[in-house]
Amino acid sequence: MKLESRIPSGPLAQKWDRHRFESKLVNPANKRKFDVIVVGSGLAGASAAASLGELGYQVKCFCFQDSPRRAHSIAAQGGINAAKNYQNDGDSVQRLFYDTIKGGDFRAREANVYRLAQVSANIIDQCVAQGVPFAREYGGLLANRSFGGTQVSRTFYARGQTGQQLLLGAYQALARQIAAGSVKMYPRTEMLELVVVEGQAKGIVTRNLVTGEILSHAADAVVLATGGYGNVFFLSTNAKGCNVTALWRAYRRGAAFANPCYTQIHPTCIPVSGDHQSKLTLMSESLRNDGRVWVPKKKGDTRAPRDIPEEERDYYLERKYPSYGNLAPRDISSRAAKEACDAGRGVGSSGLGVYLDFADSIQRLGEDKIRERYGNLFDMYEKITGENAYRTPMRIYPAVHYAMGGLWVDYNLMSNLPGLFVLGEANFSDHGANRLGASALMQGLADGYFVLPYTIGHYFASTRQLKPATSHPEFKKAEEEARSRLARLLSGKGKRTVLSLHRELGKLLWEKCGMARSEAGLKEALRIIPGLREEFWQNHLVPGNNESFNQALEYAGRVADFMEFAELLCADALHRNESCGGHFRVEYQTEDGEARRDDENFSYVAAWEYQGEGRAPLLHKEPLTFEELKLATRSYK
Amino acid sequence: MNLTLKVWRQKDAKDPGRFETYPAANILPDMSFLEMLDVVNERLIEEGREPIACDSDCREGICGTCSLVIDGRPHGGHHGTTVCQLHMRHFQDGQTITIEPWRARAFPILRDLVCDRTALDRIIQAGGFVSVNTGGAPDGNALPVSKTDADLSMDAAACIGCGACVAACKNASAMLFVSAKVSHLGLLPQGQPERERRVLNMVKTMDEAGFGNCTVLGSCEAVCPKEVSLSFIARMNRDYGWAILRGNPRRQTGAGGAG
Ligand SMILES: Cc1cc2nc3c(=O)[nH]c(=O)nc-3n(C[C@H](O)[C@H](O)[C@H](O)COP(=O)(O)OP(=O)(O)OC[C@H]3O[C@@H](n4cnc5c(N)ncnc54)[C@H](O)[C@@H]3O)c2cc1C
Ligand code: SF4
Ligand code: FES
Repeated sequence: MKLESRIPSGPLAQKWDRHRFESKLVNPANKRKFDVIVVGSGLAGASAAASLGELGYQVKCFCFQDSPRRAHSIAAQGGINAAKNYQNDGDSVQRLFYDTIKGGDFRAREANVYRLAQVSANIIDQCVAQGVPFAREYGGLLANRSFGGTQVSRTFYARGQTGQQLLLGAYQALARQIAAGSVKMYPRTEMLELVVVEGQAKGIVTRNLVTGEILSHAADAVVLATGGYGNVFFLSTNAKGCNVTALWRAYRRGAAFANPCYTQIHPTCIPVSGDHQSKLTLMSESLRNDGRVWVPKKKGDTRAPRDIPEEERDYYLERKYPSYGNLAPRDISSRAAKEACDAGRGVGSSGLGVYLDFADSIQRLGEDKIRERYGNLFDMYEKITGENAYRTPMRIYPAVHYAMGGLWVDYNLMSNLPGLFVLGEANFSDHGANRLGASALMQGLADGYFVLPYTIGHYFASTRQLKPATSHPEFKKAEEEARSRLARLLSGKGKRTVLSLHRELGKLLWEKCGMARSEAGLKEALRIIPGLREEFWQNHLVPGNNESFNQALEYAGRVADFMEFAELLCADALHRNESCGGHFRVEYQTEDGEARRDDENFSYVAAWEYQGEGRAPLLHKEPLTFEELKLATRSYK
Repeated sequence: MNLTLKVWRQKDAKDPGRFETYPAANILPDMSFLEMLDVVNERLIEEGREPIACDSDCREGICGTCSLVIDGRPHGGHHGTTVCQLHMRHFQDGQTITIEPWRARAFPILRDLVCDRTALDRIIQAGGFVSVNTGGAPDGNALPVSKTDADLSMDAAACIGCGACVAACKNASAMLFVSAKVSHLGLLPQGQPERERRVLNMVKTMDEAGFGNCTVLGSCEAVCPKEVSLSFIARMNRDYGWAILRGNPRRQTGAGGAG
């Protein structure tokens, strides 16, 4: 396998312009001769499908929900970054680029990140034109707020529902193309296999989730925008349906999987309340604009928060990171919370929680202002915990949230398999080892609106296209594999439900491959996972048949893939003998407990190649070179 | 807590369906309603029976997937709450709870508690958008929008497309849903050029999809988890009336000499 990043030459600031100019174009009249499959209708998928449809390509778009509008992107709360500098506070493309590279702990490609910062401004313009009701100031101009890891105010938002409004914008653009006939939408349809013909991605095999029908779809290019794999941990802030299946199936067909161990644990989530818990709920990072994080100074202090006097509280983020304070980046804030709880200073009945306190802000700004900014989050908190956060501090704890890792892509967002493009959270590209808040929405929309429409045209114009029909043997083979896998899943008449197996896997990963990882722990996980997978196949229990609406079967297929993927996740974490961003190895830390990176040995993208069932994957390294920025130890002090 | 569930079971669209009764034992008050159903389903699977089909995804009240009628009330009837956010602390030990799917002509049932809401997507496809292609948009601050309008527009845009309003309505009307989109876009300057044809096309598609007429009973507003206001229906009716008065805009331009 050859990893060619295809980063254009020339000065960083001119790469994208030059690349667009040098890219070949498809004549407008010829565009309709090209079929494109887009799997996923989140921000990345919907924006790509709509934009390609507008250009005249013939698009098929797939999602497993009953409507494209329900993709997981809908749940994003806090906001979207853009280097508009509307606040006149010193923002610029260069600064957004710098913040993102630094936030990612110098493990992302400079050229990709620079492009992201460049197109960020166009995204806001596009969304405003679509009628996204962003928050506004009294003068009628767009409002901004701050997010973690930055010292400027560049985050645009629509109350606490930014993802919803951006997705509805993209969904409506998609709806317009569906009506125009350029996009055909397949809801409640799951991709089960990628089809590769003579080395090129040429289609997919899907299952209709209502009827069970297995169908092949052929195209000139396949775009995966299937989101992140955080649910491998069972408990995460992701929607229940989020999965790794599409990526894993592509990996098994030869697409490289990059940096799977870079997973983000978000510091502000509602703590776990018991074993019945089915998912965790995020309390947006934007709350850290006005909330102060603290724990009691004394161990095991069970007094009510209001009874603990100021001098007996430890505002540990403000103490340890005075210049960023409560807005320290996510990986750092999460680890600091874990440290406080490990030291016995955690709050709540489980001791796994810290306070996020709004008392000062409410006093300064008044309750109404806080309600206006975060009302829906406070309501959500109350629904789940039964507590009123205007009166008593919220309790929060870190939870799995985002996957920086994903399929490897080049500068054109194409994987090592020609014709397979990967967008949004599903690719590995822009966030390095840690993503900054409000940057995923930016990346998903950048990929779909402003990058893919250019790069896919170049691919079509510069590569001789095979046009295999779905009767081609590779399609038949992939269909057969999907069918036999379903049959195997349905033959499970053992004793254990898939949910219990998934929960067990998640607990193992959270303990061994979560916020703090160690060589011994990872090796143990790697010993246990194959046994658990064996247990899954020997003892799982799946009711019903394939020819009907069968949610248990859908779920079993996703968990089966998690069982395989978990091993790659741990292997990657074990091989990376350094701490960087969300990947914290206890062996590699400074005296004061900060991450210790090893640029000499690990300044590369780890791209894993599948070698077949039961065989260790092969590691490929794409070296990361920093021309514009100097590698520096990240400091938020 | 120990509860008894009366659940609608229906194999597929053709099956007439019936209620079945299941115990829900050892339920904790901190569980969400869907987590309670998870527990029941785990037991059904262990007993070799088919679990109850039920839609959910985000479980945070934002995706609009969950769609249960609990004791006759869509989403369970707690102010501003989707069923995925409803917690068992609101129920009493020993209670019997009836669980049904959305029921409306335009929402055929696929299985048990799951229905087909693609009719709502078709209404959006008919005009619930601003016709701008990617690229070429003016600067985001080029067009100021009054905060009052932006806020009101956001109130309407908050609709999650769950369809509870339809399920609650005696006439199974989708007016609250449609008016939310018409108002979201109609309150913004970006939505003005297509304001008239949008409302005409969306209402036409709504009627064709088999939704009933609105007689302003208000049961939609009462169950809407996002508190979308009935006043948006009034606003839409005004827009609709105005658009009808002005006649079909397409025909006007086609006539070619109007202005
Ligand atoms: C609670 C929460 C809050 C967040 N808040 C923010 C925020 O404020 N700002 C920010 O920048 N980021 C935020 N994020 C992150 C951000 O929301 C996501 O990273 C982003 O939305 C991912 O978009 P996507 O288009 O890549 O994928 P998704 O939105 O996850 O979409 C995936 C799509 O793929 C489809 N799909 C998946 N697998 C298959 C398959 N096998 N077959 C067919 N279809 C499939 C799904 O149906 C879906 O349509 C948040 C994330 C969470 C969990
Ligand atoms: S108006 Fe309310 S009840 Fe109706 S679809 Fe929208 S959110 Fe649901
Ligand atoms: S599951 Fe998303 S709104 Fe209830």
